[in-house]
Amino acid sequence: MTRWLAQQRYLMDYALAALGRQKGRALGLWAVYALLVFVLASVMLFTQGLRQEVTQVLEHAPEVVVQRLVGGRAALIEPGYAERLGRLRGVQRVAPRLWGYHYDSVHRANYTFMVPTADAPAPGQVLLGQALARQRGAEPGDIVAFNDYTGAVVTYTVAGMLPAASELMSADLLLMNEADFRRFFQLPEGHYTDLALSMANPAEARNVARKIAERLPDARPVLRDELLRSYASVFDWREGMVLAVLSGALLAFAILAWDKASGLSAQERREIGILKAIGWETGDVLRMKFWEGVLLSATAFLAGYVAAHLHVFYAGGALFRPVLQGWGTIYPRFELVPTVDGLQLFTLFFFTVVPFTAAVLLPCWKAAIADPDAVMRS
Amino acid sequence: MSAPHLRPSTLVLLLLALQLGALALVLWDTGREHAARRHATRASAQLTRWLGLTDPALFTEAHYTRHPSLHGPQAALFDHPLAQDHFPSGSLLTAPPALAWWRSQALDSIEEQP
Repeated sequence: MTRWLAQQRYLMDYALAALGRQKGRALGLWAVYALLVFVLASVMLFTQGLRQEVTQVLEHAPEVVVQRLVGGRAALIEPGYAERLGRLRGVQRVAPRLWGYHYDSVHRANYTFMVPTADAPAPGQVLLGQALARQRGAEPGDIVAFNDYTGAVVTYTVAGMLPAASELMSADLLLMNEADFRRFFQLPEGHYTDLALSMANPAEARNVARKIAERLPDARPVLRDELLRSYASVFDWREGMVLAVLSGALLAFAILAWDKASGLSAQERREIGILKAIGWETGDVLRMKFWEGVLLSATAFLAGYVAAHLHVFYAGGALFRPVLQGWGTIYPRFELVPTVDGLQLFTLFFFTVVPFTAAVLLPCWKAAIADPDAVMRS
Repeated sequence: MSAPHLRPSTLVLLLLALQLGALALVLWDTGREHAARRHATRASAQLTRWLGLTDPALFTEAHYTRHPSLHGPQAALFDHPLAQDHFPSGSLLTAPPALAWWRSQALDSIEEQP
Protein backbone atom coordinates (compact mmCIF):
# COMPACT_ATOMS: atom_id res chain seq x y z
CA MET A 1 0.00 0.00 0.00
CA THR A 2 2.78 2.39 1.03
CA ARG A 3 4.65 1.50 -2.15
CA TRP A 4 1.52 2.15 -4.24
CA LEU A 5 0.99 5.53 -2.57
CA ALA A 6 4.63 6.49 -3.09
CA GLN A 7 4.31 5.52 -6.76
CA GLN A 8 1.21 7.72 -7.15
CA ARG A 9 3.04 10.62 -5.50
CA TYR A 10 5.89 10.28 -8.00
CA LEU A 11 3.41 10.17 -10.87
CA MET A 12 1.73 13.31 -9.52
CA ASP A 13 5.13 15.01 -9.24
CA TYR A 14 5.87 14.14 -12.82
CA ALA A 15 2.42 15.31 -14.03
CA LEU A 16 2.81 18.62 -12.18
CA ALA A 17 6.29 19.12 -13.58
CA ALA A 18 4.83 18.50 -17.06
CA LEU A 19 2.13 21.12 -16.41
CA GLY A 20 4.82 23.47 -15.05
CA ARG A 21 6.64 23.30 -18.35
CA GLN A 22 3.58 24.97 -19.94
CA LYS A 23 2.71 27.17 -16.99
CA GLY A 24 0.81 29.88 -18.91
CA ARG A 25 -1.35 27.41 -20.77
CA ALA A 26 -2.14 25.34 -17.68
CA LEU A 27 -2.93 28.37 -15.50
CA GLY A 28 -5.14 29.87 -18.24
CA LEU A 29 -7.09 26.64 -18.57
CA TRP A 30 -7.44 26.33 -14.78
CA ALA A 31 -8.73 29.93 -14.51
CA VAL A 32 -11.30 29.48 -17.32
CA TYR A 33 -12.38 26.17 -15.78
CA ALA A 34 -12.84 27.67 -12.29
CA LEU A 35 -14.69 30.68 -13.75
CA LEU A 36 -17.09 28.45 -15.65
CA VAL A 37 -17.88 26.37 -12.56
CA PHE A 38 -18.30 29.62 -10.59
CA VAL A 39 -20.87 31.03 -13.03
CA LEU A 40 -22.84 27.78 -13.41
CA ALA A 41 -22.86 27.10 -9.66
CA SER A 42 -23.83 30.72 -8.92
CA VAL A 43 -26.89 30.44 -11.18
CA MET A 44 -27.92 27.13 -9.62
CA LEU A 45 -27.42 28.24 -6.01
CA PHE A 46 -29.09 31.63 -6.51
CA THR A 47 -32.15 30.14 -8.20
CA GLN A 48 -32.41 27.36 -5.65
CA GLY A 49 -32.13 29.81 -2.72
CA LEU A 50 -34.63 32.24 -4.22
CA ARG A 51 -37.09 29.46 -5.08
CA GLN A 52 -36.94 28.12 -1.53
CA GLU A 53 -37.36 31.59 0.03
CA VAL A 54 -40.26 32.66 -2.18
CA THR A 55 -42.04 29.32 -1.77
CA GLN A 56 -41.80 29.48 2.03
CA VAL A 57 -43.07 33.06 2.11
CA LEU A 58 -45.90 32.65 -0.41
CA GLU A 59 -47.36 29.81 1.62
CA HIS A 60 -48.80 32.68 3.68
CA ALA A 61 -50.38 34.43 0.66
CA PRO A 62 -54.20 34.59 0.43
CA GLU A 63 -55.77 31.23 -0.44
CA VAL A 64 -57.69 32.78 -3.34
CA VAL A 65 -57.44 36.27 -4.85
CA VAL A 66 -60.40 37.29 -6.99
CA GLN A 67 -60.01 39.92 -9.70
CA ARG A 68 -62.76 41.33 -11.90
CA LEU A 69 -62.03 41.46 -15.61
CA VAL A 70 -63.48 43.96 -18.07
CA GLY A 71 -62.31 43.61 -21.66
CA GLY A 72 -59.60 41.21 -20.52
CA ARG A 73 -58.12 43.73 -18.10
CA ALA A 74 -58.36 43.82 -14.33
CA ALA A 75 -61.08 46.27 -13.30
CA LEU A 76 -62.25 47.62 -9.95
CA ILE A 77 -64.41 45.40 -7.75
CA GLU A 78 -67.84 47.01 -7.59
CA PRO A 79 -70.06 47.36 -4.51
CA GLY A 80 -71.97 44.14 -3.77
CA TYR A 81 -69.38 41.86 -5.37
CA ALA A 82 -67.70 40.95 -2.06
CA GLU A 83 -71.08 40.16 -0.47
CA ARG A 84 -71.96 37.77 -3.30
CA LEU A 85 -68.67 35.92 -2.84
CA GLY A 86 -69.10 35.87 0.93
CA ARG A 87 -72.36 33.93 0.51
CA LEU A 88 -70.59 31.02 -1.26
CA ARG A 89 -70.35 27.91 0.88
CA GLY A 90 -66.75 27.31 2.03
CA VAL A 91 -65.75 30.97 2.02
CA GLN A 92 -64.88 31.99 5.56
CA ARG A 93 -63.83 35.58 5.03
CA VAL A 94 -63.66 38.06 2.15
CA ALA A 95 -61.06 40.79 2.64
CA PRO A 96 -61.30 43.59 0.05
CA ARG A 97 -57.82 44.78 -0.91
CA LEU A 98 -56.88 48.28 -1.96
CA TRP A 99 -53.59 48.66 -3.78
CA GLY A 100 -52.26 50.38 -6.87
CA TYR A 101 -49.16 51.51 -8.70
CA HIS A 102 -47.69 54.97 -8.70
CA TYR A 103 -44.95 56.06 -11.08
CA ASP A 104 -42.69 58.65 -9.56
CA SER A 105 -41.37 60.61 -12.55
CA VAL A 106 -38.79 62.45 -10.44
CA HIS A 107 -37.09 59.28 -9.22
CA ARG A 108 -38.22 57.25 -12.24
CA ALA A 109 -39.50 54.49 -10.01
CA ASN A 110 -42.68 52.44 -9.70
CA TYR A 111 -44.08 52.19 -6.19
CA THR A 112 -46.85 49.93 -4.92
CA PHE A 113 -49.31 51.83 -2.70
CA MET A 114 -51.33 49.61 -0.42
CA VAL A 115 -53.89 49.78 2.37
CA PRO A 116 -53.42 47.19 5.14
CA THR A 117 -56.65 45.43 6.07
CA ALA A 118 -55.68 45.84 9.74
CA ASP A 119 -53.43 48.25 11.68
CA ALA A 120 -53.37 50.87 8.91
CA PRO A 121 -51.31 54.05 9.51
CA ALA A 122 -53.08 57.16 10.85
CA PRO A 123 -54.44 59.68 8.31
CA GLY A 124 -51.64 61.67 6.71
CA GLN A 125 -49.04 59.07 7.70
CA VAL A 126 -47.34 56.37 5.67
CA LEU A 127 -45.10 53.34 6.25
CA LEU A 128 -42.34 52.86 3.70
CA GLY A 129 -40.55 49.82 2.33
CA GLN A 130 -36.79 50.01 2.96
CA ALA A 131 -35.73 50.26 -0.70
CA LEU A 132 -38.27 53.01 -1.41
CA ALA A 133 -37.13 54.94 1.68
CA ARG A 134 -33.49 54.47 0.70
CA GLN A 135 -34.14 55.78 -2.79
CA ARG A 136 -35.92 58.92 -1.52
CA GLY A 137 -33.56 59.35 1.43
CA ALA A 138 -36.57 59.31 3.79
CA GLU A 139 -36.33 58.70 7.55
CA PRO A 140 -39.15 58.30 10.11
CA GLY A 141 -40.62 61.75 10.82
CA ASP A 142 -39.72 63.12 7.36
CA ILE A 143 -42.29 64.44 4.91
CA VAL A 144 -42.65 62.73 1.53
CA ALA A 145 -44.54 64.31 -1.37
CA PHE A 146 -46.24 62.74 -4.40
CA ASN A 147 -48.41 64.04 -7.24
CA ASP A 148 -51.85 62.51 -6.81
CA TYR A 149 -54.27 61.62 -9.63
CA THR A 150 -55.64 65.18 -9.81
CA GLY A 151 -52.09 66.45 -10.31
CA ALA A 152 -51.96 68.10 -6.89
CA VAL A 153 -48.97 67.60 -4.62
CA VAL A 154 -49.87 65.70 -1.46
CA THR A 155 -47.56 65.22 1.48
CA TYR A 156 -47.42 62.48 4.07
CA THR A 157 -45.42 62.03 7.25
CA VAL A 158 -43.26 58.94 7.38
CA ALA A 159 -44.52 57.12 10.47
CA GLY A 160 -42.00 54.30 10.14
CA MET A 161 -40.37 51.72 7.97
CA LEU A 162 -41.40 48.19 7.12
CA PRO A 163 -38.97 45.64 8.59
CA ALA A 164 -35.66 45.49 6.72
CA ALA A 165 -35.77 41.71 7.08
CA SER A 166 -38.89 41.57 4.86
CA GLU A 167 -37.38 43.62 2.03
CA LEU A 168 -37.73 40.86 -0.55
CA MET A 169 -41.52 41.29 -0.27
CA SER A 170 -41.79 44.95 0.74
CA ALA A 171 -39.03 46.87 -1.09
CA ASP A 172 -41.34 49.19 -3.07
CA LEU A 173 -44.36 49.25 -0.72
CA LEU A 174 -45.96 52.37 0.70
CA LEU A 175 -48.72 51.71 3.22
CA MET A 176 -51.39 54.32 3.91
CA ASN A 177 -54.91 54.36 5.29
CA GLU A 178 -58.05 53.87 3.21
CA ALA A 179 -59.23 57.50 3.14
CA ASP A 180 -55.81 58.75 1.98
CA PHE A 181 -55.64 56.01 -0.66
CA ARG A 182 -59.09 56.84 -2.07
CA ARG A 183 -58.25 60.55 -2.16
CA PHE A 184 -54.88 59.91 -3.83
CA PHE A 185 -56.21 57.64 -6.59
CA GLN A 186 -59.65 59.34 -6.83
CA LEU A 187 -61.23 55.96 -6.08
CA PRO A 188 -64.99 55.99 -5.36
CA GLU A 189 -66.29 54.57 -2.08
CA GLY A 190 -67.24 50.88 -2.08
CA HIS A 191 -64.84 50.02 -4.93
CA TYR A 192 -61.79 47.85 -4.34
CA THR A 193 -58.78 46.59 -6.32
CA ASP A 194 -59.41 42.89 -5.68
CA LEU A 195 -60.59 40.48 -2.99
CA ALA A 196 -58.60 38.07 -0.81
CA LEU A 197 -60.60 35.02 0.24
CA SER A 198 -59.97 32.76 3.24
CA MET A 199 -61.46 29.27 3.19
CA ALA A 200 -63.02 27.40 6.09
CA ASN A 201 -61.21 24.35 4.70
CA PRO A 202 -58.16 25.21 2.55
CA ALA A 203 -58.59 21.95 0.60
CA GLU A 204 -61.87 23.41 -0.72
CA ALA A 205 -60.13 26.36 -2.44
CA ARG A 206 -60.30 24.75 -5.91
CA ASN A 207 -64.00 23.94 -5.57
CA VAL A 208 -64.73 27.46 -4.39
CA ALA A 209 -62.76 28.86 -7.35
CA ARG A 210 -64.91 26.71 -9.67
CA LYS A 211 -68.08 28.06 -8.09
CA ILE A 212 -66.79 31.62 -8.44
CA ALA A 213 -66.05 31.04 -12.14
CA GLU A 214 -69.60 29.65 -12.59
CA ARG A 215 -71.52 32.34 -10.75
CA LEU A 216 -69.40 35.37 -11.60
CA PRO A 217 -68.16 34.87 -15.19
CA ASP A 218 -66.27 38.18 -15.11
CA ALA A 219 -64.24 37.05 -12.09
CA ARG A 220 -60.73 35.64 -12.31
CA PRO A 221 -59.78 33.57 -9.27
CA VAL A 222 -56.06 33.10 -8.61
CA LEU A 223 -55.35 30.15 -6.32
CA ARG A 224 -52.43 30.14 -3.89
CA ASP A 225 -51.46 26.64 -5.04
CA GLU A 226 -51.41 27.83 -8.62
CA LEU A 227 -49.34 30.82 -7.58
CA LEU A 228 -46.78 28.58 -5.83
CA ARG A 229 -46.56 26.25 -8.82
CA SER A 230 -46.25 29.18 -11.22
CA TYR A 231 -43.38 30.66 -9.20
CA ALA A 232 -41.60 27.30 -9.02
CA SER A 233 -41.94 27.05 -12.83
CA VAL A 234 -40.87 30.66 -13.35
CA PHE A 235 -37.65 30.08 -11.38
CA ASP A 236 -36.99 26.86 -13.30
CA TRP A 237 -37.58 28.78 -16.52
CA ARG A 238 -35.32 31.63 -15.45
CA GLU A 239 -32.56 29.23 -14.41
CA GLY A 240 -33.00 27.42 -17.71
CA MET A 241 -32.81 30.70 -19.64
CA VAL A 242 -29.55 31.73 -17.95
CA LEU A 243 -28.09 28.27 -18.37
CA ALA A 244 -29.12 28.31 -22.03
CA VAL A 245 -27.26 31.61 -22.46
CA LEU A 246 -24.30 30.12 -20.62
CA SER A 247 -24.35 27.00 -22.75
CA GLY A 248 -22.36 29.02 -25.32
CA ALA A 249 -19.64 29.50 -22.70
CA LEU A 250 -19.89 25.83 -21.79
CA LEU A 251 -19.41 24.84 -25.43
CA ALA A 252 -16.47 27.23 -25.79
CA PHE A 253 -14.90 25.62 -22.74
CA ALA A 254 -15.58 22.15 -24.08
CA ILE A 255 -13.80 23.11 -27.32
CA LEU A 256 -10.90 24.60 -25.37
CA ALA A 257 -10.61 21.56 -23.10
CA TRP A 258 -10.93 19.14 -26.01
CA ASP A 259 -8.34 21.05 -28.00
CA LYS A 260 -5.95 21.09 -25.06
CA ALA A 261 -6.56 17.53 -24.06
CA SER A 262 -7.04 15.75 -27.36
CA GLY A 263 -4.62 17.58 -29.56
CA LEU A 264 -1.43 16.13 -28.15
CA SER A 265 1.44 18.27 -29.33
CA ALA A 266 4.40 16.66 -31.06
CA GLN A 267 6.40 17.36 -27.90
CA GLU A 268 3.86 15.56 -25.70
CA ARG A 269 3.73 12.60 -28.07
CA ARG A 270 7.52 12.40 -28.11
CA GLU A 271 7.50 12.59 -24.31
CA ILE A 272 5.14 9.62 -24.08
CA GLY A 273 7.28 7.71 -26.56
CA ILE A 274 10.43 8.36 -24.52
CA LEU A 275 8.68 7.34 -21.29
CA LYS A 276 7.61 4.08 -22.90
CA ALA A 277 11.08 3.56 -24.33
CA ILE A 278 12.76 3.94 -20.90
CA GLY A 279 10.44 1.38 -19.37
CA TRP A 280 7.17 3.08 -18.34
CA GLU A 281 4.14 0.83 -18.64
CA THR A 282 1.07 2.03 -20.56
CA GLY A 283 -0.75 2.02 -17.21
CA ASP A 284 1.89 4.33 -15.68
CA VAL A 285 1.48 6.84 -18.52
CA LEU A 286 -2.30 6.74 -18.15
CA ARG A 287 -2.11 7.10 -14.36
CA MET A 288 0.22 10.07 -14.75
CA LYS A 289 -2.23 11.72 -17.19
CA PHE A 290 -5.14 10.79 -14.94
CA TRP A 291 -3.55 12.69 -12.07
CA GLU A 292 -2.91 15.64 -14.37
CA GLY A 293 -6.61 15.80 -15.30
CA VAL A 294 -7.90 15.14 -11.80
CA LEU A 295 -5.68 17.65 -10.03
CA LEU A 296 -6.44 20.38 -12.56
CA SER A 297 -10.19 19.80 -12.70
CA ALA A 298 -10.78 19.02 -9.01
CA THR A 299 -8.94 22.12 -7.77
CA ALA A 300 -10.71 24.30 -10.38
CA PHE A 301 -14.10 22.79 -9.50
CA LEU A 302 -13.66 23.28 -5.76
CA ALA A 303 -12.37 26.84 -6.19
CA GLY A 304 -15.31 27.73 -8.49
CA TYR A 305 -17.95 26.14 -6.27
CA VAL A 306 -16.75 27.66 -3.00
CA ALA A 307 -16.45 31.10 -4.68
CA ALA A 308 -20.02 30.72 -6.02
CA HIS A 309 -21.33 29.94 -2.52
CA LEU A 310 -19.64 33.07 -1.14
CA HIS A 311 -20.93 35.14 -4.07
CA VAL A 312 -24.55 34.04 -3.75
CA PHE A 313 -24.97 33.80 0.01
CA TYR A 314 -22.47 36.36 1.33
CA ALA A 315 -22.21 38.94 -1.46
CA GLY A 316 -25.95 38.95 -2.22
CA GLY A 317 -25.45 37.54 -5.76
CA ALA A 318 -23.94 40.92 -6.72
CA LEU A 319 -23.19 39.85 -10.30
CA PHE A 320 -26.85 38.94 -10.95
CA ARG A 321 -28.25 42.19 -9.57
CA PRO A 322 -28.05 44.18 -12.85
CA VAL A 323 -29.78 41.31 -14.69
CA LEU A 324 -32.59 40.99 -12.16
CA GLN A 325 -33.02 44.74 -11.65
CA GLY A 326 -33.56 45.41 -15.34
CA TRP A 327 -34.75 48.98 -15.80
CA GLY A 328 -36.29 49.12 -12.34
CA THR A 329 -34.67 51.63 -10.00
CA ILE A 330 -35.77 49.87 -6.83
CA TYR A 331 -34.20 46.57 -5.91
CA PRO A 332 -34.47 44.77 -2.57
CA ARG A 333 -31.50 43.87 -0.41
CA PHE A 334 -31.95 40.35 0.82
CA GLU A 335 -29.89 37.47 2.09
CA LEU A 336 -30.83 33.97 1.06
CA VAL A 337 -30.64 31.03 3.45
CA PRO A 338 -27.69 28.89 2.22
CA THR A 339 -28.94 25.74 0.63
CA VAL A 340 -27.34 22.90 -1.28
CA ASP A 341 -28.95 20.27 -3.44
CA GLY A 342 -26.81 17.12 -3.41
CA LEU A 343 -28.04 16.02 -6.83
CA GLN A 344 -27.32 19.46 -8.29
CA LEU A 345 -23.79 19.42 -6.83
CA PHE A 346 -23.17 15.95 -8.20
CA THR A 347 -24.53 16.89 -11.64
CA LEU A 348 -22.30 19.94 -11.83
CA PHE A 349 -19.29 17.85 -10.72
CA PHE A 350 -20.11 15.07 -13.16
CA PHE A 351 -20.56 17.34 -16.17
CA THR A 352 -17.42 19.39 -15.56
CA VAL A 353 -14.80 17.04 -14.05
CA VAL A 354 -15.55 13.71 -15.74
CA PRO A 355 -15.57 14.89 -19.41
CA PHE A 356 -12.36 16.83 -18.90
CA THR A 357 -10.55 13.91 -17.30
CA ALA A 358 -11.81 11.61 -20.05
CA ALA A 359 -10.70 14.09 -22.72
CA VAL A 360 -7.21 14.09 -21.18
CA LEU A 361 -6.99 10.30 -20.94
CA LEU A 362 -8.28 9.16 -24.34
CA PRO A 363 -5.61 10.63 -26.66
CA CYS A 364 -2.88 9.63 -24.21
CA TRP A 365 -4.13 6.08 -24.20
CA LYS A 366 -3.98 6.10 -28.01
CA ALA A 367 -0.39 7.38 -27.95
CA ALA A 368 0.60 5.10 -25.08
CA ILE A 369 -0.49 1.86 -26.73
CA ALA A 370 1.38 2.66 -29.93
CA ASP A 371 4.95 1.54 -30.60
CA PRO A 372 7.35 3.98 -28.82
CA ASP A 373 9.60 4.21 -31.85
CA ALA A 374 6.67 5.09 -34.13
CA VAL A 375 5.34 7.64 -31.63
CA MET A 376 8.73 9.35 -31.33
CA ARG A 377 9.18 9.47 -35.09
CA SER A 378 5.62 10.68 -35.90
CA MET B 1 18.96 27.68 7.38
CA SER B 2 17.03 27.21 4.14
CA ALA B 3 13.33 26.24 4.09
CA PRO B 4 12.69 22.51 3.45
CA HIS B 5 12.02 21.79 -0.21
CA LEU B 6 8.41 20.66 -0.73
CA ARG B 7 7.57 18.31 -3.55
CA PRO B 8 5.04 19.68 -6.11
CA SER B 9 2.61 16.89 -5.21
CA THR B 10 2.79 17.87 -1.51
CA LEU B 11 1.92 21.47 -2.39
CA VAL B 12 -0.99 20.49 -4.63
CA LEU B 13 -2.31 17.91 -2.16
CA LEU B 14 -2.15 20.57 0.56
CA LEU B 15 -4.10 22.93 -1.72
CA LEU B 16 -6.63 20.17 -2.41
CA ALA B 17 -7.00 19.46 1.32
CA LEU B 18 -7.54 23.17 1.96
CA GLN B 19 -10.19 23.31 -0.74
CA LEU B 20 -11.93 20.19 0.59
CA GLY B 21 -11.88 21.88 4.01
CA ALA B 22 -13.52 24.95 2.42
CA LEU B 23 -16.15 22.69 0.79
CA ALA B 24 -16.81 21.06 4.17
CA LEU B 25 -17.28 24.56 5.63
CA VAL B 26 -19.74 25.37 2.82
CA LEU B 27 -21.72 22.20 3.53
CA TRP B 28 -21.65 22.95 7.26
CA ASP B 29 -22.83 26.49 6.45
CA THR B 30 -25.85 25.15 4.56
CA GLY B 31 -26.74 22.85 7.45
CA ARG B 32 -26.57 25.35 10.31
CA GLU B 33 -29.50 27.31 11.66
CA HIS B 34 -28.85 30.83 10.21
CA ALA B 35 -31.08 32.37 12.85
CA ALA B 36 -30.90 35.89 11.37
CA ARG B 37 -31.85 34.73 7.87
CA ARG B 38 -34.63 32.46 9.12
CA HIS B 39 -35.88 35.51 11.00
CA ALA B 40 -35.96 37.39 7.67
CA THR B 41 -38.04 34.60 6.11
CA ARG B 42 -40.42 34.73 9.08
CA ALA B 43 -40.64 38.54 8.82
CA SER B 44 -41.48 38.27 5.12
CA ALA B 45 -44.06 35.56 5.83
CA GLN B 46 -45.63 37.70 8.58
CA LEU B 47 -45.84 40.71 6.26
CA THR B 48 -47.31 38.53 3.50
CA ARG B 49 -50.01 37.30 5.87
CA TRP B 50 -50.74 40.82 7.18
CA LEU B 51 -51.02 42.49 3.78
CA GLY B 52 -52.13 39.51 1.68
CA LEU B 53 -49.14 39.87 -0.67
CA THR B 54 -48.93 37.66 -3.74
CA ASP B 55 -45.53 38.44 -5.31
CA PRO B 56 -41.95 39.25 -4.28
CA ALA B 57 -40.70 42.76 -5.12
CA LEU B 58 -37.91 41.50 -7.38
CA PHE B 59 -38.80 43.30 -10.63
CA THR B 60 -40.31 46.73 -10.11
CA GLU B 61 -39.84 48.06 -13.63
CA ALA B 62 -43.31 47.22 -15.02
CA HIS B 63 -46.68 46.30 -13.53
CA TYR B 64 -46.73 42.83 -15.03
CA THR B 65 -43.20 42.06 -13.82
CA ARG B 66 -43.97 43.37 -10.32
CA HIS B 67 -47.07 41.19 -9.92
CA PRO B 68 -46.80 38.45 -12.56
CA SER B 69 -49.27 36.23 -10.70
CA LEU B 70 -52.06 38.80 -11.05
CA HIS B 71 -51.38 40.01 -14.57
CA GLY B 72 -51.23 36.84 -16.64
CA PRO B 73 -48.74 35.99 -19.39
CA GLN B 74 -50.42 38.18 -22.03
CA ALA B 75 -49.97 41.41 -20.02
CA ALA B 76 -46.96 42.57 -22.03
CA LEU B 77 -49.11 42.61 -25.18
CA PHE B 78 -51.96 44.73 -23.83
CA ASP B 79 -51.23 47.83 -25.88
CA HIS B 80 -51.75 46.00 -29.17
CA PRO B 81 -51.37 42.40 -30.33
CA LEU B 82 -47.89 42.87 -31.77
CA ALA B 83 -46.58 45.03 -28.91
CA GLN B 84 -43.12 43.96 -27.89
CA ASP B 85 -42.14 43.39 -24.33
CA HIS B 86 -39.45 46.03 -24.02
CA PHE B 87 -38.59 45.57 -20.34
CA PRO B 88 -35.51 43.37 -19.76
CA SER B 89 -37.17 41.45 -16.90
CA GLY B 90 -39.84 40.23 -19.31
CA SER B 91 -37.28 38.06 -21.07
CA LEU B 92 -36.42 36.44 -17.76
CA LEU B 93 -39.91 36.21 -16.41
CA THR B 94 -42.29 35.38 -19.23
CA ALA B 95 -43.66 31.90 -18.96
CA PRO B 96 -42.58 29.43 -21.65
CA PRO B 97 -45.33 28.23 -24.03
CA ALA B 98 -45.61 24.93 -22.13
CA LEU B 99 -46.25 26.80 -18.91
CA ALA B 100 -48.78 29.11 -20.54
CA TRP B 101 -50.52 26.00 -21.85
CA TRP B 102 -50.41 24.46 -18.38
CA ARG B 103 -51.81 27.64 -16.89
CA SER B 104 -54.72 27.72 -19.30
CA GLN B 105 -55.34 24.03 -18.58
CA ALA B 106 -55.31 24.74 -14.86
CA LEU B 107 -57.90 27.48 -15.27
CA ASP B 108 -59.98 25.23 -17.54
CA SER B 109 -59.86 22.48 -14.94
CA ILE B 110 -61.29 24.92 -12.39
CA GLU B 111 -64.20 25.57 -14.71
CA GLU B 112 -64.71 21.96 -15.75
CA GLN B 113 -64.42 20.26 -12.38
CA PRO B 114 -67.82 18.90 -11.27
